[in-house]
Order: sequence, then structure tokens, then C-alpha cells
Amino acid sequence: MVKYAWLIPVFPLVGFIINGLFGLKYIKKKAHLIAVPALGLSWLFSILVFLDVLHGHTGTVELFDWIVSGNIHIKVAFLVDQLSAVMLMVVTTLSFWIHVYSIGYMGHDPGYARFFTYLNLFVFFMLILVLGSSYALMFVGWEGVGLCSYLLIGYWYERDSAANAGKKAFITNRIGDAGFIMGMFTLWYYLGSLDYKVIFERAHMLSPEVVTIATLLLFVGATGKSAQIPLYVWLPDAMEGPTPVSALIHAATMVTAGVYMVARSNVLYNLAPFSMEVVAVVGCLTAFMAATIGTAQYDLKRVLAYSTVSQLGYMFLGCGVGAYAAGIFHLMTHAFFKGLLFLAAGSVMHAMMDVLDMRIMGNLKKFMPITAGTFTIAALALAGIPPFAGFWSKDEILAHTFYTGHYFLWFLGTFTAFLTAYYTFRAVFMTFTGRERIPHEISHHLHESPKVMTIPLIFLAIGAATVGFFGLKNAEHKPYFGAFLAPVIQEHKAETPEAYREAQTVVEGAAAAHGAQEAMGAREGAEGAARGEEFPEIVLVVISVVAGLLGITLAYLTFLKKAFDPVILLKRYTWPLHRLLYHKYWVDEIYGALIIWRVVDLSYGSWKFDQWIIDGIVNGASWVTKTFAWVTRVATEPFVVDGAVNGAAELVRTGYRVFRRIQTGLVENYMLYMVLGLFLMVTVYIFVNIL
Amino acid sequence: MQPNFGTNVFGFPILSLITYLPLAGALFLLFVNKEKVKFIKYFAFAVALVDFFISIPLWFAFDRTTWHFQFVERFSWIKALGVEYYFGVDGISLLLLLLTTFLTAIAVLSSFNYIQERDKEYYIAMLVLETGMLGVFASLDLFLFYVFWEVMLVPMYFLIGIWGYERRLYAAIKFFLYTLFGSLFMLIAIISMYFLYHHTTGEWSFNYVKWVYNMHIPGGLQFWLFLAFFLSFAIKVPLFPFHTWLPDAHVEAPTAGSVILAGVLLKMGTYGFVRFSLPLFSEATRYFIPFIALLSIIAIIYGALCALAQEDMKKLVAYSSVSHMGLVMLAMFALNPMGLQGSILQMINHGVSTGALFLIVGIIYERRHTRLIREFGGLSKVVPVFATFFMITMLSSIGLPGLNGFIGEFTCLAGVFKYNWRYAAFAVTGVILGAGYMLWLYQRTMFGRITNEKNIGIADMNLREWIYMTPLVISFIWIGIYPKPIFNIMKVTVDHLVEQVNPDYFKQKAQHEAKLKKALFYPAKSPDFAGGPSPLKMSEGEKSHGLD
Repeated sequence: MVKYAWLIPVFPLVGFIINGLFGLKYIKKKAHLIAVPALGLSWLFSILVFLDVLHGHTGTVELFDWIVSGNIHIKVAFLVDQLSAVMLMVVTTLSFWIHVYSIGYMGHDPGYARFFTYLNLFVFFMLILVLGSSYALMFVGWEGVGLCSYLLIGYWYERDSAANAGKKAFITNRIGDAGFIMGMFTLWYYLGSLDYKVIFERAHMLSPEVVTIATLLLFVGATGKSAQIPLYVWLPDAMEGPTPVSALIHAATMVTAGVYMVARSNVLYNLAPFSMEVVAVVGCLTAFMAATIGTAQYDLKRVLAYSTVSQLGYMFLGCGVGAYAAGIFHLMTHAFFKGLLFLAAGSVMHAMMDVLDMRIMGNLKKFMPITAGTFTIAALALAGIPPFAGFWSKDEILAHTFYTGHYFLWFLGTFTAFLTAYYTFRAVFMTFTGRERIPHEISHHLHESPKVMTIPLIFLAIGAATVGFFGLKNAEHKPYFGAFLAPVIQEHKAETPEAYREAQTVVEGAAAAHGAQEAMGAREGAEGAARGEEFPEIVLVVISVVAGLLGITLAYLTFLKKAFDPVILLKRYTWPLHRLLYHKYWVDEIYGALIIWRVVDLSYGSWKFDQWIIDGIVNGASWVTKTFAWVTRVATEPFVVDGAVNGAAELVRTGYRVFRRIQTGLVENYMLYMVLGLFLMVTVYIFVNIL
Repeated sequence: MQPNFGTNVFGFPILSLITYLPLAGALFLLFVNKEKVKFIKYFAFAVALVDFFISIPLWFAFDRTTWHFQFVERFSWIKALGVEYYFGVDGISLLLLLLTTFLTAIAVLSSFNYIQERDKEYYIAMLVLETGMLGVFASLDLFLFYVFWEVMLVPMYFLIGIWGYERRLYAAIKFFLYTLFGSLFMLIAIISMYFLYHHTTGEWSFNYVKWVYNMHIPGGLQFWLFLAFFLSFAIKVPLFPFHTWLPDAHVEAPTAGSVILAGVLLKMGTYGFVRFSLPLFSEATRYFIPFIALLSIIAIIYGALCALAQEDMKKLVAYSSVSHMGLVMLAMFALNPMGLQGSILQMINHGVSTGALFLIVGIIYERRHTRLIREFGGLSKVVPVFATFFMITMLSSIGLPGLNGFIGEFTCLAGVFKYNWRYAAFAVTGVILGAGYMLWLYQRTMFGRITNEKNIGIADMNLREWIYMTPLVISFIWIGIYPKPIFNIMKVTVDHLVEQVNPDYFKQKAQHEAKLKKALFYPAKSPDFAGGPSPLKMSEGEKSHGLD
């Protein structure tokens, strides 16, 4: 089955081409008949490939040579292993159900065919990103999904906010991509290839500085794509796109690409302890900061957006402390529950005629029970309440953080878990329960969404409730999920036993050389000891669950029970804080003032410089030449150059006046001149020669 | 070493046929009644198209395994001066030749509607221009080359000066004088090399191959000759700070003129560097790398910043050309195979992408008679097909993977990175800014609500516009997905060029490969590997030629 893996991205590509060429004119409202089955086939093939991988069949599918120039040799080839199989399942499952949901959600939109065209293109690029066997191909997917994100955020391009948000997303991502590309080149420069297999085999040959720089540069790319500090600002704005897009691209799949990249590069990151620390700290800070902002937003989708930023931070925290499998696990569970949250929010929007302000919602459970129920399940998963999905993965990450000695990050992460539960249930209570605050013109329109939208909700709710069980521990006290990923995440994957052994020695030797091995070993030892004896994991679990429950309780007391009035409370005691959070720390404004407008100023400055100075010199040269020519014409010419010419003419004229008198026409006169002349000549001759 | 003047598998002068066919067409048009506008248009297009079709066999007949010139025609022309009529192409000029015939056919087709007066003269000028451009790429005798180089200026001067916009005369004269100014320095350099060649060999000749293989130019003289050629070519590229004629010329030129200007004429500058400066003055070339890299990096960033500030669409695209050509120059002077291949590929890419962008602007100008960005907005709603073509062209220009621009940029940047990573880091900022000005342009013209009533009723693309945009879009996708044939065409030629201009490159490459192999196969035993830094950590002196 693995050798047919290349078909998985081909289906959505075909869907894209058909809808792209004929959608606008001919297919129109039937676009889903092409787009959705294409995704269905992809999903089916992904399941088959996944089952194959489950039985241990992995491999590379090579298609054709792409860029062959000098020392660059990039093939279009797909790598099917445990990690890409997991990602395949996440991407195709979510994509399929969100496509189905879109049939209902986008039903009345005039750009229906365009929507599905873009969505299929997105899935194609996402699958290239996941399946590509080299950083170059990953970059193709990486930029491609960025493009689709741009197109879909700006889908309602007539709204300026949407068009601006799309542009912001693309350009912010480009900044990250510049880092990614430099990271890629660094690896290629030192290792001579961009292929994962070659790079990971040779990674030990990199000096510690180089591997640190390369991994940090790659991480710059990840901060762009996965919305981490300092490049996270585009994601909340991206909510301008249609809600299925927010669910698919800006929650479940595309934004997790950075996490996938870091996990994929785990061999490199393991060699660069400093980079790992950076990843962990950035991830944790982002998680915390975004969660704090999330507590003060009133726009339902924005709450979810900040929540996504925050959860992505958790994933990076996991990767940064070496728990790559836990990071990917959280990626998977998050895809389900956050995708679901967005879809349910979309269902709310659908009913509320696109109103998103939670202050004018309330008691929606009466009108839309399925939406309310599924939203709540997802919220429980996000809040980390057992046995829902988020609990397992978040707990795994926090435990790793603690056992690797990052106590402060662990504390911050746990506190963030409390905040997460708070803002999530704040949203639940404000939206679905309590007093109805809905304006009259909307309330008579309220209804549960059609089946084509609720069935995906239910399916994803089942997922959000159950996928966490992959995190259960097996007999060796390792989570099933981590054990499955172990071949890719912890050691080299090689075809033959010899190559495998060689790779192992290589890694050991190299790591020893860099001192990374000691660090890793020490870390693992400490972890094992701590897990086993001093600090049982169950205590950590209890702490994080209690944090979650506390958050929910606080939200309950504030928004449902009205034990204290939040508005008055906020205004009286914490209004500066609230303002700070409500305005998202003014980060957008700061970036605007410090960077964006400065670039614009610089560009106008350059242009003026170009016009006045550089072109000024050219025109100046021409002016000097022309002036010189003019001076020549009016001054020099008449008196000097022309003067000589005219002078000569004048001389001739004068001469002619004189000589005219001689020309009388009388032969006698001429005879006289001749005689006079002769006389003169003879006289001169005599004087000169004889005397 | 005995110079090899190359071969001709066709056995008949195919390059001359391709070069002079447009001229013959132009001569024929002289005798056509100027009232028969329709006939003139279609005839000119037919000539350009036939010319493109007869240039295609070159692609298939080209021998990719040799760097010697092919399809050669060589005989004595002016005996007294030793001038030869010498045509021939290698992997580099072949690509540019094909680009020229391809773009000219498209440019002619695109002018059908736009040109409303003096049609006959216009199409004659276009065809003469094509002959001039093809001659430049095919000539291997420097006298002949110079003749074509100057001939080409005249029709372009008329194209801008007669069929241009308001300030056309200013722009035309500026274009002409600026270029001529540079060319004269090149002429002096050519003449002094002519005497130098006579001095060394006792033979009078302008033959390029003889010059390259039989003449060693002493270092001090190389320096000056390089500068003379540099001035001529840098103005043509145009490299910062010699670029200011370009925005004016582009803004004032008719659409087809801009297409040819951006698509082909600018390539003559970079082609000149590749063909003449690099092999003839290899020492001076290496000496001047930092200087040219600096100017190129300024061009990349500065051009992009200027583009960001423009209000006129054509001017924006013109400044973006400055930025893109900066990358072409930077990559070329990395003097390694990736850099040079990327540079040449990027010439092709820039030709088709920027050509397409000018066509896009032309299409919208024909409908609205303005190029000011603020006059537009919300066009996506009115002209969806046009918006799609514009989008694809824009994406190609900003280097989105899957389209041509990416392949060129990636290869260029790789080459530059290999030479010096700092240069690459600067060049990458151009990529970011490129996305900035292009997306902003697209947003301001295509997105948003329709704010200007004049935009409401405009027509979407017609059949003729479909016909000339589609081949361009196909070329974007083809190069983006399967660029291998193009790399194959130029590979041997470029490798040879690298050997000429940067002979150390391959030597060092072999050393590093050996080092890498050693480290790979004996990881534990390798002494310089066991404890200290990796053997692959480049020392200062080696950094310019990294490992493969």
C-alpha cells in the first residue's frame, strides 16, 4: 500500500484542477460533488497506508527529479513512516469532515466553487508538506499552505479587514519562511543534501554551533507558520476567513506544520540542547501569553484563535523538552477538539447570522442542543478534564516538562492550564447557558444547523472524547502513541540491520563528542528516577486536573452563578489588566509603529531618493551637457568658433570690396596692372639677388 | 590550445534564418499599403510565430553533452579588418534565443488592439527589433555583436518615442543616450582588445572563441576592460545606481515595448556579463565580486522598497525588475554552478513573469486608460478570469513553490549561500519585500469593494488575451514543476564557464567530497572528528567554496 501513497495528494489536486478550470462557469453549486469525494478517496487511502505502517511497512516513494543543479539534487519523493502516517490520518480525517461540513456552511455563498477549489488545493499542499521526503519538499508544502491560507482568509475579499488579514498572514509567514530557507541552506551547505534520511544520517557531523544555528533558523520558520512569539500576530486576524477554514487551516492542520517540522527534525534538535531550550521557552511563553489574552476577548472565534496559539505553544513546549511524541500527540488531539470547537462556533454563527460577540449570546443550548453538546465535549477536552482527549496529551507534556527539570515552565504550563479551562468555560457559559441576551431580530432566526453540519460535529466529538486513549500506558509503561512513533522519534530508521547499527554507533559517537549525550542521558536518568520514586506522575496529573477544575469553577462562579459581577469587578480592580489583555498587549500597534510603518517610510524615502538624487544625477548630467551646449551656442559660438568663420568671411568681403575696384573690365587697365606687377617683381628680384 | 569553433548539425544556416526572418518580414511590410491594417497585424504575428516555431528544433537538436558552440555559421565578412560573420549558440544563449522568439510572438499579438496609429511602422519596428535581439544572442564575433547591440536600440527608441505615453520623448531619449553612453565604453574596450589580440598573435580578429582561448589579458588591463564592459552591461541590466532609465522607459513604453524591454533587453546586460566579462576577464571578475555583490544587494532591497512606494502599476513592476535583476547578478557572481544556473534560469523566469505582469497591466490599461493603482479596487468581482491570471502571474513573480519563480530564486539563493551566507541573508529580505509589494498591489487593485464607478462595466479577458496569456502560464507551471530539461540544457556550458572563471571551484569541491566521505565511513576513527569541531566546519579561507 505504501507505494500508492503518492495518490493521496493527487486526489485533491485533481479536484482542484477540475474545479479550478470549470468551477466558475459550469460546476458552480455542484463543486462539492468533486471536492468531497476527492477527499474521501484521500482519507480512504490514508487509512490503508496507516494500517500498513501499523504493520511495520514503511518506505519512500520516488516520483521524479525536481531541481538538479550543481550540488543540489532534489527529488519529488514521499516518505511514509510512522510520523507521516499519523499526520496523514490527522490531515485527511479532519479535511474530509470539514469539507462535508462546508457543504452546509457555505451553501449560500456565491463563491461556492472557488471555496472548494482553494480548499482542495490546501489539502494537496498540506499532504505534500506531510509526505515530502526532504526539507525542500516540505518547504513547497509549507509555502503552498501559506498561499491557500492567504486565499482563504481573504476569501471574502470585498471586506477590507479580510483582505488585510490575508496579506498580514502571508507576509508574516514569509518572514518565518526566510528563516526556514536559511536554515535549509545551512543544512545543505554542510551536509550536501536536503533529504531527511541523508541529513539525519550525517547530522552528527555538524559542529554544535552549526546545528544550533540551523535548528534555530528552522524554528524561526515554525514561529511564523505555527503562530508563536514573535510572529503569532497573524493568526487571530486570520479568523476573518470562513469558519471551516479557521477550523481546518488555522486550528487543525496548517498551523501545526511547525510542530511537525520540529518533531521531524528531532535528530537535529537533540544535537542542539540550546535550540531545544529556546523552543521550550518560546512555546511556554506563547502558551501563557495567548491564554491571558484569551480570557479577555468577547469574540467567540478570537477566543478560540488565542486558544489555538496557546495550545500550539504547549506542543512546542513538549518538543522543546524532548517529548516529541507527546507534542505530536497533542497535535492530534488538538486537531480533533479545536477543529470541533471551531465547527461548533461556525454552527453558532450560522444560527446567529454571523454575529460572534458573546455578550449578546446566551442560552443557545435551548435552540441548538447538538452544537451545545459537542462544543462542551470539546471544551472539556481543551480544559484537560479526563477522560477527554486533551487531558492525556497535555498531561504527557507537562509531566515531561517537570521530569526534565523545567520546573518554572511546568508551573507556567500548569497555570496556563488553569487559564485555559477558565476562558474555555467562560465561552461555554456565555454562549450556551445563562440569560438570553440575543437581540430580537436574530432570536427568531435561531435554529439547529442542518444534518450535513451536525454529523461532522458528532463525528469529531466522538474523536475528541476518545483519541486520548492512545495515550494510555502499555506494559512497558510507555504510552501506546509514543511507542508507535518511537522508530522515527528516538532513533534512526534504516533499511538494513547493518546500516541501522552503523547509524546507531554514529549517533552515539557524535552525541558523545558534543556532550549532548550526557545531557540526554542525564535527563533520561533523572526522568526515570523521578518517575519511579520521588515524585509519582499521579501527583502531577492531579495538580493539572485540579487546575483545570479550578478554572471551570471560576468561570462558573463568574458567568453562570454571577457570584460576583465580572464587569464591575474588572472595572473596579483590574481594569488596567483587562485593558491590557483586551487590547492584546498592544502588540499589533507596537509592531505597526516600530516595524511596518518604518518600512513604509523607508520605502517612500528610497523612492524620493531615487527620484531626486540618483535620477537627479542622471538628469543633472544631461542638464550640464545641455547648458554647456547652450553656452556654446550663445557665447562661444558667435565670438570664437563662429567668429573665426565669420571673420574669414569678413576678410574675404573686405578684400572683395578692395579688389572690386580693380576689376574694371578695361583691357588697358589690366595691361597697366600687368606692367606694374612685372615692374614690381623685377624690382624685387633685383633688390634681393643683385644688391 | 586549438580553439574549437563548434559544429552545425543542421548543415544549413538555421541561426541566420531565425535571425533574419523577422527582418525579411519587415522589408516585405514596407511594400504593403498602410491602410491594410488587419493584414499587417496578422502578417507580423505570423512572422513572429513562424520564427518561434523554427527556433524550436534547436531545442531538440541541441547536443547537451558539449559546451562547444553549436549550429555554427562562420565565414569571413570584412577581410581587411579580420571581421568574421560568426553565429553560434551554447546552452546559455540558446535559452535566451528561445525566450526572445517566444516573447516577441506574444508581444506582437498583444499589440493588436493597443496600437491605433501608424500600425505599419509599429510592426516593422517590432520585427526589426527582434532581428536585433536575436543577433545579439547569436553573434560570436565582437564586431558583429556590437553592430547588433546598437541596431537594437533604434527600433526600441522609436517604439517608446512614437507609441509611448505622455513623456515618451524624454523617456526615449534617456533610454537611448544612457545605453549608448555605456556602449561606447564597451566599444573602446573591444577595440583595445582587438589591438591586444593582434599584438599577442599577429592576427587581426574579433572572433570570440579565439579571444577567449588564445589571449591572456594582463591583470591591470583586465581591470579597466572589465570596468568598461561593466558600465555598458550594468546600465542594461540595470544595476543600481544605473537603473533610473528603466522606470521611465517602462512607464512610457507601449505594453509590448515593456514586455520586450523587461523580457529580453534587460537580459542582454546579464547575458553580456556571462558571455564576455566572466570568461574574458576572469581575474578581474573575481576581484570585483564584493563590489558587484554590494551593488546587487542594494538593488535587491532598494528596488523592492521603491516598488513598495509606487502608485503607478507599471512603475511598480519596473522597480520589481530592478530587484529581481539584482538577484540575477548576485547569483551570477557567486561563480559556482548553482549560482550561474540559477541566474540564467532566473533570467528566463523574469522574462516570462515580468513580461506577463506588463501584459496584465496592459490589459487593464486598454480598458481603463489609467495605470494608477488608486483608480482601481474590487476588480475581482468584475473580471474574475483576469483576476485569476493576475494572481498566478503574481505568485510566479514572488516565487511560490510549484511555479517558475521559486526554482530560480531557490537555485540562485543556494548558489549565493554557498559563496557567502551573509549575501544570501540580505538577498532573502528581497523575497519578503517582494511578497509585500506584490500582494499589496493585488489587494489594492483586485480586492475590496468597487469604489470607482468606472470599474463597474469593464470586460473580462477576450479570446486574444487568453491566447497570449495561456502559454505564459503554462511556462510558469512547466518550469515550476519540471525544470530539469532547462537545467540539462545549460549544465555542461555552465560547468565549463565555472572552470574558466573560477578554476579553483572544482578542485575544492573534490577535496571536500573526499573529506566528507572519510568522515561518513569512519566516524569513530576519524581523528579530527572525535572530539573537536566537525571537519565540516569551514575555516575562513575555505568558506567560499563549501562542501557538496
